[in-house]
Amino acid sequence: MNELLENFANLDSLIMIYPLLLQGVQLSVMLAIVALPLAILAGLTIAVLYSFEKPLLRGFLLVWIDLFRSFPVVVLLVLIYFGLPFFGLKFNGFTAVVLALVLNNSGYYGEIFRAGLISVPNGQREAARALGFKPLRLVLVIVLPQAIRNVLAPLASNSLELIKTTSIGSMVAIPELLRSARVAQEQTYNPTPLMAAAVIFFCLLWPMARWVARLERRMLVPR
Amino acid sequence: MDRLIENFLNFSILAEAWPTVLQGFGLTVLISLQVIVLGVGAGLGLAVLRSMKLRVMDWLIVGWVDLFRTLPQLVIIIVLYFGMPYLGLTLSPFVTTVLALAAVLSAFSCEIFWSAIYAVPRGQSDAASALGFGPMRLLFRIILPQALRLATPMLTNRAISISKGTALGTAVSLPETLGQAQSFMSMVANPSPLALAAALYLTLFIPLVVASRWIEYASSKGR
Repeated sequence: MNELLENFANLDSLIMIYPLLLQGVQLSVMLAIVALPLAILAGLTIAVLYSFEKPLLRGFLLVWIDLFRSFPVVVLLVLIYFGLPFFGLKFNGFTAVVLALVLNNSGYYGEIFRAGLISVPNGQREAARALGFKPLRLVLVIVLPQAIRNVLAPLASNSLELIKTTSIGSMVAIPELLRSARVAQEQTYNPTPLMAAAVIFFCLLWPMARWVARLERRMLVPR
Repeated sequence: MDRLIENFLNFSILAEAWPTVLQGFGLTVLISLQVIVLGVGAGLGLAVLRSMKLRVMDWLIVGWVDLFRTLPQLVIIIVLYFGMPYLGLTLSPFVTTVLALAAVLSAFSCEIFWSAIYAVPRGQSDAASALGFGPMRLLFRIILPQALRLATPMLTNRAISISKGTALGTAVSLPETLGQAQSFMSMVANPSPLALAAALYLTLFIPLVVASRWIEYASSKGR
C-alpha cells in the first residue's frame, strides 16, 4: 500500500511538477476557449445556410457534414500538422489543433443545428414572414432560439467532447495538460504526474458531464 | 497541381506504402469491432445490474460511468499504458487501446441503456407483473426489447464516434492505419501514405455515418 502511494501519489514529485501541470491546464483551457466558439459558429453557419433551401448548396453542405464527421479528429490533426507543410502551409501546433477541432466539429455542430432548425414548426416561419421579418432576422430571432432549445442536449454533449478532445494536442507536442504530465513523468520516474493530470481533468469536466447526462436523460423520457 | 499530385498522390510511393498501411487498416477494423462488442456488451450488462437496484453495486456502477464518461479517451489510454507498469502490469498497445475505448463505450452505453430502460412507460411493467411475469422475464421479455429500440439511434452514434478513437492508439505506438502511414511518411518524406490512410478511414466511416443518419431518421419517424 505504501509503495502504491509512493508511486501514484508521491507528494514530493507533485510539488516538483506542480508548475508544469498548472501551465498545462492553462493551455488546455485556452485551446477550449478558442476552439469551442469557432466550432459552434462554423456549425451554425452551415445549418443556417442549409435552411435557405438551395438544392446545390444543400448537397455540398451535407457532403461537408458527413465528410468531417467521418474523419477521426486525430487523423485530421496529423494531416494538417504533418501533411500540409509539404505544400508550404505550415501551422504551429496550437493553430493545427484548433483547425482540426473546428473542422471536425463543424460537421457535428452543423448536423445538430440542422436537426434543430428542422424541428421548429413551419408555422413559426410563416407567421414571422407575415409580420415582415427579413430571412436572416427571421432565422436569427425567431427560429434559432427555439431550435437551440430543442437540441440543447446533443449541443452540450458535443461541446463536452470537444473540450475533452483538446488533449490530442499532446500528439503534436503542444504542452497542454496531458503532454505536460508526460514530460513531468519522465522527470520524476513515477506515474504521479499522470494520475494528477487525470484527477485534474476529472475535476474540471465532471460537473459538465453530469449536466450533459441530465439533459440527455430528459430527452429520452417522453414529456 | 503537379505538386499536389506528387505530394499526395504519388503512385510509386502509394504502391510501396499500400501493404503496410493496409495491414494497419486491418488492425483498425479489428480493434473497432472488439471495442464495439465489448463496450456495448459491458454497458448492457451494467445497465441490467443497475436496474436491480442494489445500493452498493449502484454506487460502483455510477462511479465507473462517471469516470469513463468524463475522462478524455487519450488520457485513459496514456494512463493505462504508462501507469500500469508501475503496478507490475504491462499492457500491449493493442490491449491498452481496446480496454480504454471499450471502458469509455461501456460507460456511455450503460447510461444510454439505463435511460432507455427508465423511459419505458411504467404501465408496461405494471401490466407484466399483473400478468404474473417474474422480475427476470419482465426485464428481458418486456422492458429490454422496448428499451433497445429507444436506445438504438444514440447508441449507434456513440459507438461510431468512439470506434473512431482507435487512431488515438498511435500515441502508444499501436501500428494501426494512422501510425503505419505516419512512420512510412517520415521514411519517404512524402505525405502520400497519409492521404492513403485518410482515404481508408473515410471508406470505413462514411458508410457508418450515413447509416447512422438513416437509423436516426427511421426511428424518429416510427414514434
